[in-house]
Amino acid sequence: MKVGFFLREAVRSMRRSAAPSFAALATVLVTMLVLGVFIPIVQATNGAANSVRGRVMVDVYMRTGAIASDDARVRGELLGIAHVKSVEFVSKATAYAQQSAQYPQAYALLGSNPLPDTFHVMPDKPGNVLAIHSALTPGGAVIDPMIASVSNKQSDTRKILEVTNLVTITAAVLTVLLVLASILLIANTIRLSLYARRREVEVMKLVGATDWFIRWPFVIEGMIVGSAGALLAIALLGATKIALLDPLASNWTLIAAPRTIAFSVLVAVLLTAGAFVSALGSGLSLRRFLRV
Amino acid sequence: MARTESKTRTARRREVAAAGAPAAREIQSSGATPRSGPVIEFRGVSKRYSGGDVGLDHATFSIERGEFVFLVGATGSGKSTVMRLLIKELEPTAGTIRVAGHDLSVIARRRIAYYRRNLGVVFQDFKLLPNRTVYDNVAYALQVTGGTRRDIRDKVPDILRLTGLSTKLHNYPDQLSGGEQQRVSIARAFVNHPPLLLADEPTGNLDPETSVDIMRLLYRINRTGTTVLIASHDQTMVDKMRRRVLELAHGQIVRDEATGLYARDETTREFARRMRAPSVRPPAVS
Repeated sequence: MKVGFFLREAVRSMRRSAAPSFAALATVLVTMLVLGVFIPIVQATNGAANSVRGRVMVDVYMRTGAIASDDARVRGELLGIAHVKSVEFVSKATAYAQQSAQYPQAYALLGSNPLPDTFHVMPDKPGNVLAIHSALTPGGAVIDPMIASVSNKQSDTRKILEVTNLVTITAAVLTVLLVLASILLIANTIRLSLYARRREVEVMKLVGATDWFIRWPFVIEGMIVGSAGALLAIALLGATKIALLDPLASNWTLIAAPRTIAFSVLVAVLLTAGAFVSALGSGLSLRRFLRV
Repeated sequence: MARTESKTRTARRREVAAAGAPAAREIQSSGATPRSGPVIEFRGVSKRYSGGDVGLDHATFSIERGEFVFLVGATGSGKSTVMRLLIKELEPTAGTIRVAGHDLSVIARRRIAYYRRNLGVVFQDFKLLPNRTVYDNVAYALQVTGGTRRDIRDKVPDILRLTGLSTKLHNYPDQLSGGEQQRVSIARAFVNHPPLLLADEPTGNLDPETSVDIMRLLYRINRTGTTVLIASHDQTMVDKMRRRVLELAHGQIVRDEATGLYARDETTREFARRMRAPSVRPPAVS
């Protein structure tokens, strides 16, 4: 293949029609900038929603007279229930130590330990927490005589699940819309710059150029412009990250949320998206002008 | 050239594949080499545009190898339709068109580019690539066919010398006069030495003196053995040229004759002298 020739052609046409190339580059730059900011925000939101959902669990309180063998038996029963991921045991003493550390004055007044042995039952998925709850309390009774009660936070749990679901779905819809808008915006800019050159394409066809002979330089041009725009966007994002976010991250935990995308991955995603969308846009937009 | 031959073979195989059709038998009987037949053959060709306009109405004619033929007629008579059919920009509504023995209707869409490389085409509006120099415009026609850099270095300066553009190599089309631009477009059309050169109103935008130069150039190309078909409404020019004339009116061929003396082996110099001489007969006034 005449890669060298196509590359020279692409560079030549960029030099000779600098304004449309610059417009395409600016479009890619802006959309990539928006995407670059939006992706981490969506991820932080999703992360926050997930950590809230992660805290959804069922608490099982034992009777005050429960001894170690009861605890072991109940633990086994809990683990046997479907959708249970893990069971965490908090003994009376541990609970008392935690609580009295939190509210020392109140617990000093109590004197004795009123707290029961407790199991935190974690579901495999937050959505299954209600199923576990009803499995623990079939027909209103509890499954083991030594269980005093099962926490009944059904309405709270439902609310948490609904709200976090809504947040996740909204974020997903926004992402799809934003990506779509970016693609359309870039494709449209490319279409306009190609429209200005449709006569040129027509002449090439009349001279006997095959479709791909005409198309390759345009695709390569799109790739170069797209990558350049994406690179500029990445540089700007990088500068912003170093100048603004990194100093804040040390004392503001939301920004340092561990689940946001790594910067290197973000760079790769933006670069690929910029180059690929522009190249594809050029190649596809050219189709209608090739029908001569 | 190798590519042309392989195309020839595939095209013929396709025609043979459609065995039983009279056309297939005909082409085989017409001889092993398609070159022996007419270069252009229109048989009952009609073209009706989607708006209902008639571009061509049962036109039948043929042009032999090495001929220099004028296609004349008023605007809208179908001259451009003939040209556009020949470069396969349009498809005929009825009839068959053969170029060098090949039925154009069997050429697949993606093979059109290869077919066009066998034609040199010159337009009234030159159709040069605006962001390329004279040299690069001509070189593009070679690059399209996969010409090497050496090929281009050898051929382009030669053809530009022939067309008198040696001093304008690095000018852009918008820095040239109309006559010069048309010469670039002729150079581009001829750089591959196609067997057939089509020119649609090549002198339509040019003054008479420049037109003579362009005609002289086309005549010189014809003398190398290339078949030349020129669409023109410049009656004076056509009369002076004294070549075969096909006249179209409302899409029909109404005249096919060699006007005046058919001086076939005139030198280009004699040709130019005659062309610059005052008109032998007054131009037909309508």
